[in-house]
Amino acid sequence: MKTLVLVEHDNASVKDATLATVTAAAAIGDVDLLVAGSNARGAAEEAAKIAGTGKVLLADDAAYEHQLAENVAPLVVGLMADYDAFVAPATTTGKNIAPRVAALLDVMQISDIMSVEGDRTFTRPIYAGNAIATVQSSDDKLVLTVRGTAFDKAEAEGGSATIEEVSGKGDSGLSQFVSQELAESERPELTSAGIIVSGGRALKDAETFEQYITPLADKLGAGIGASRAAVDAGYVPNDYQVGQTGKIVAPDVYFAIGISGAIQHLAGMKDSKTIIAINKDEDAPIFQVADIGLVGDLFKILPELTEKL
Amino acid sequence: MKILVPVKRVIDYNVKPRVKADGSGVDLANVKMSMNPFDEIAVEEAIRLKEAGKAEEIVAVSIGPAKAQETLRTALAMGADRAILVETDDEVEPLAVAKILKAIAAEEQPGLIMLGKQAIDDDSNQTGQMLAALMERPQGTFANTVEVDGDSVTVKREVDGGLETVKLTMPAIVTTDLRLNEPRYASLPNIMKAKKKPLDTKTSADYGVDTARRLTTTNVSEPPVRQAGEKVADVDALVAKIKALGIA
Ligand SMILES: Cc1cc2nc3c(=O)[nH]c(=O)nc-3n(C[C@H](O)[C@H](O)[C@H](O)COP(=O)(O)OP(=O)(O)OC[C@H]3O[C@@H](n4cnc5c(N)ncnc54)[C@H](O)[C@@H]3O)c2cc1C
Ligand SMILES: Nc1ncnc2c1ncn2[C@@H]1O[C@H](COP(=O)(O)O)[C@@H](O)[C@H]1O
Repeated sequence: MKTLVLVEHDNASVKDATLATVTAAAAIGDVDLLVAGSNARGAAEEAAKIAGTGKVLLADDAAYEHQLAENVAPLVVGLMADYDAFVAPATTTGKNIAPRVAALLDVMQISDIMSVEGDRTFTRPIYAGNAIATVQSSDDKLVLTVRGTAFDKAEAEGGSATIEEVSGKGDSGLSQFVSQELAESERPELTSAGIIVSGGRALKDAETFEQYITPLADKLGAGIGASRAAVDAGYVPNDYQVGQTGKIVAPDVYFAIGISGAIQHLAGMKDSKTIIAINKDEDAPIFQVADIGLVGDLFKILPELTEKL
Repeated sequence: MKILVPVKRVIDYNVKPRVKADGSGVDLANVKMSMNPFDEIAVEEAIRLKEAGKAEEIVAVSIGPAKAQETLRTALAMGADRAILVETDDEVEPLAVAKILKAIAAEEQPGLIMLGKQAIDDDSNQTGQMLAALMERPQGTFANTVEVDGDSVTVKREVDGGLETVKLTMPAIVTTDLRLNEPRYASLPNIMKAKKKPLDTKTSADYGVDTARRLTTTNVSEPPVRQAGEKVADVDALVAKIKALGIA
């Protein structure tokens, strides 16, 4: 089978989410990469170094700068004449574009695959990960999104793919990019962080969250996450949310601090290697999945813990 | 302007789903069902646009079993004006749902179609994008704020790195994220009134859509269960454990 992988990038460089997607695609067949962007040769050159790939298709056009689905999907559909599967990371970019491609190809997408079981057979989580479905496609072509935490990352170096320029229709005239507010942070990205410190509703407000969670995260070089309740209440921005409908993470160590452990939260972090929970309620559901738990008041525990580490 | 709001009847988000022992699916017998939470947010946003004078009529649509009437009545009680049930006992996949919605949109000519970003049962996160593709219209997915201005709609989207704002030419498709609004509860008088609002029942054949499944689910299993570990007595014990992990 021939697969085309959507590269996640910011025009200058390749984002990590691409690497696990390449591994998943390689389990299905040969892998070519698509970089759709504007002045994106930098990203294409980086993509060409990913081990185990054939060629990189570079669609360089102002219309693809922000990867608007209305513009990128027709481009992909045009390229799919030569491919059997379109594979995208299950990031907000991938989730935005892939179903649009699937509908134009008249195929049913398989979202969030966790394993490749055969040519057209995959597993995927349903019901907030409370069940795992094995799903087989009967469509001619496959459209898949890939859960990054379920696959190893392909090597970012070592490949030497050729870069081939391709083009599509460009601007569909349907939508326009206006602006973005992207968090600038020195911290590791949540989806690839080795350690994550997450805070919940118990953190009271934005200042308190910062005051108690940040020093611990700094000490450990950790990424910072949050429950939906903490995001809704404005303690932290939306992109911190871990869970069924937020980010899916699986770090080596996940700290859940003042988080009860609702199924929607667990859906996003229960594949972490080690889970450490701090909660004043000894019956909080989070303790049912935590490897190490400490019952008590986080406002007493955290300063002492941060100091002693 | 008319707003179309597709609402799905799903397992209530407070219920912990149980996988059937024979691997055929999740046990929904005698389980509490509700409107998909993201769809409540979509209904709420539509009502707010109507209250702000930006929309005249809200039509709720559900594709599902006869009982999905209850879900539609909830939408009507919240403030939708009328409802369409496309009745089927089959599980209809997002692609087929999108095709049915496209046919309904061709009849209703809405300026906006507001869906949830994701149904919490299949967790597909596909239908809105597919509908937008089939209709060749723009999509504002994972909406955090929605502003209608003349014949365009500006959508601030929740993306992995933060927020992104796009401007779409209407008719447009919007899918809701959690922070868009907090849905209202239907008041008792409104629940009574909703019983008299029009609810049409149709079938997928009325729209000429083939709902045959493209995907076969060969097995549904429980994920590996995580065992609870141990509780430590105090911060010193926790520090020792953390150091043993080699991260500090
Ligand atoms: C459609 C939908 C999607 C959702 N998606 C997500 C998602 O992606 N991610 C997500 O996280 N949630 C999600 N949720 C929300 C989820 O159901 C819970 O409401 C949420 O996770 C609760 O957050 P919390 O644990 O911070 O708050 P709470 O449940 O209020 O828990 C706070 C915890 O803090 C503890 N605590 C309080 N004070 C202290 C103290 N001083 N010291 C120590 N402990 C203390 C309490 O004992 C409690 O256990 C979703 C819900 C819906 C309906
Ligand atoms: N059977 C259905 N009836 C009505 N709306 C639906 C149905 N299935 C999906 N939708 C809509 O599409 C959204 C996304 O669903 P999904 O793509 O299945 O995750 C939901 O939040 C609903 O707004």
